[in-house]
Amino acid sequence: MISFFHYAMEILPDMLSGAWITIQLSVVCITVGIIFGMMLGVARVYSSKYIYWIVTGYVEFLRGTPCLLQLFFIYYGLGDMGLLLKPVLAAGIALGINTSVYQAEYFRGAIQSIKPGQMTAARAMGLSKWKAIRYVILPQALRLVIPSSSNEIIYMFKYTSVAFAVGVPELLAQADITGAMNFRYFESYLLAAIIYTIMVFTVAKIMSIIEKKVYVPGLQLMQ
Amino acid sequence: MEIIRILISELPQFAKGTLIALEVLAGLLALGLVLGLAIALAEIFGNTVVKFFATTLRKFLWAIPQLVLLFLVFYLPFDLNPVCAAIIALGLCSSAFQSQIFRGAILSVQSGQIEAAKAMGLSKPKIIFYIVIPQMIRLSIGPWTNEFSSELKDTSLAYVVGVVEIMRQAKYIIAYTFGNTAAVYLFVGVLYFMLTRIGTYFFYKLEERLWVPGFEKRS
Repeated sequence: MISFFHYAMEILPDMLSGAWITIQLSVVCITVGIIFGMMLGVARVYSSKYIYWIVTGYVEFLRGTPCLLQLFFIYYGLGDMGLLLKPVLAAGIALGINTSVYQAEYFRGAIQSIKPGQMTAARAMGLSKWKAIRYVILPQALRLVIPSSSNEIIYMFKYTSVAFAVGVPELLAQADITGAMNFRYFESYLLAAIIYTIMVFTVAKIMSIIEKKVYVPGLQLMQ
Repeated sequence: MEIIRILISELPQFAKGTLIALEVLAGLLALGLVLGLAIALAEIFGNTVVKFFATTLRKFLWAIPQLVLLFLVFYLPFDLNPVCAAIIALGLCSSAFQSQIFRGAILSVQSGQIEAAKAMGLSKPKIIFYIVIPQMIRLSIGPWTNEFSSELKDTSLAYVVGVVEIMRQAKYIIAYTFGNTAAVYLFVGVLYFMLTRIGTYFFYKLEERLWVPGFEKRS
């Protein structure tokens, strides 16, 4: 126990620098995911037939394949074809794409749960379709989507650990490196688990505060 | 096309990888099911101390990323083979999610059912096994299908501890056929997509089959 404590203090600076990269990577992925997820979600509900099929095919295919595979495809696959990306960039793109398709499903659910009368009324008031989406539908949908979206955000925060597989020096990779240097793998991973737990609990707390702040009584997704 | 010939000749390797992946999947889902059900029952029917421990366990298992737990289990002070480590670690992570599914399903079993069972003189374990669980199973198949497909994809994480599942087979094939990386990974993507689709189709059919008219989930 005491030896673990000493060891933990010794490797803590390395681990924290890894944790910082984890935080940066997840902020980028989550932002990309929400923006593209919203666009895909809107496209799945309001676009023409052909775009609908393309977007649906894209979302369903990516939802059916593992994140690690998408990461390898972008890093090794595109690299093999001559488009060699830096590990952290490849991880950002792959994880961003991955989380955006899940966010797209949540956005679609939220948009579809808004009564069609809202759209009809907005159109009757003379708003164009895009204005109606922008000013009438999305402000309501964004509130509805927050609980499920925040689940995905937390999930993605944990999932950035797969970036380790292409050599991004994030928290898990730091645990691997320090573990290999000192030949104390288990203790390194234990410290990584502790840091992850603290970070995930913090993110969950922040998300629940945001949920409470934008909560409108009576407005929620029908189960 | 060269690449199609390679993929066809490597199909047995992919089949082997798929079998290992399904083995890991079955193991981790079974572990997650048992532990998740135990956590859910403890959280609802347990006394204060049991409840506290179950909730704490669930929260920690929920907060640790699968890969971290995978490495932790793999590097435990005693020897574990990679497949076992993957099953234990991913199963533990899955149990946190499954317990939430079962908890929701148990809570949506109408309370009148439990009261009626109590009035009939059934003991608590009997109420759980004969009244709550049979109804809960029907309600939880839907969400459980989601968990199934997300865990099917997560079996690919076992790659990092050296389980020779689909991703590892793909890596080997890429290594000894020199290149074709993108094409092989695309093929693996189609393979995973088909596995997910077949699995979810099967569970939809099961849900339909077990469905009792008039006993659908109350909204």
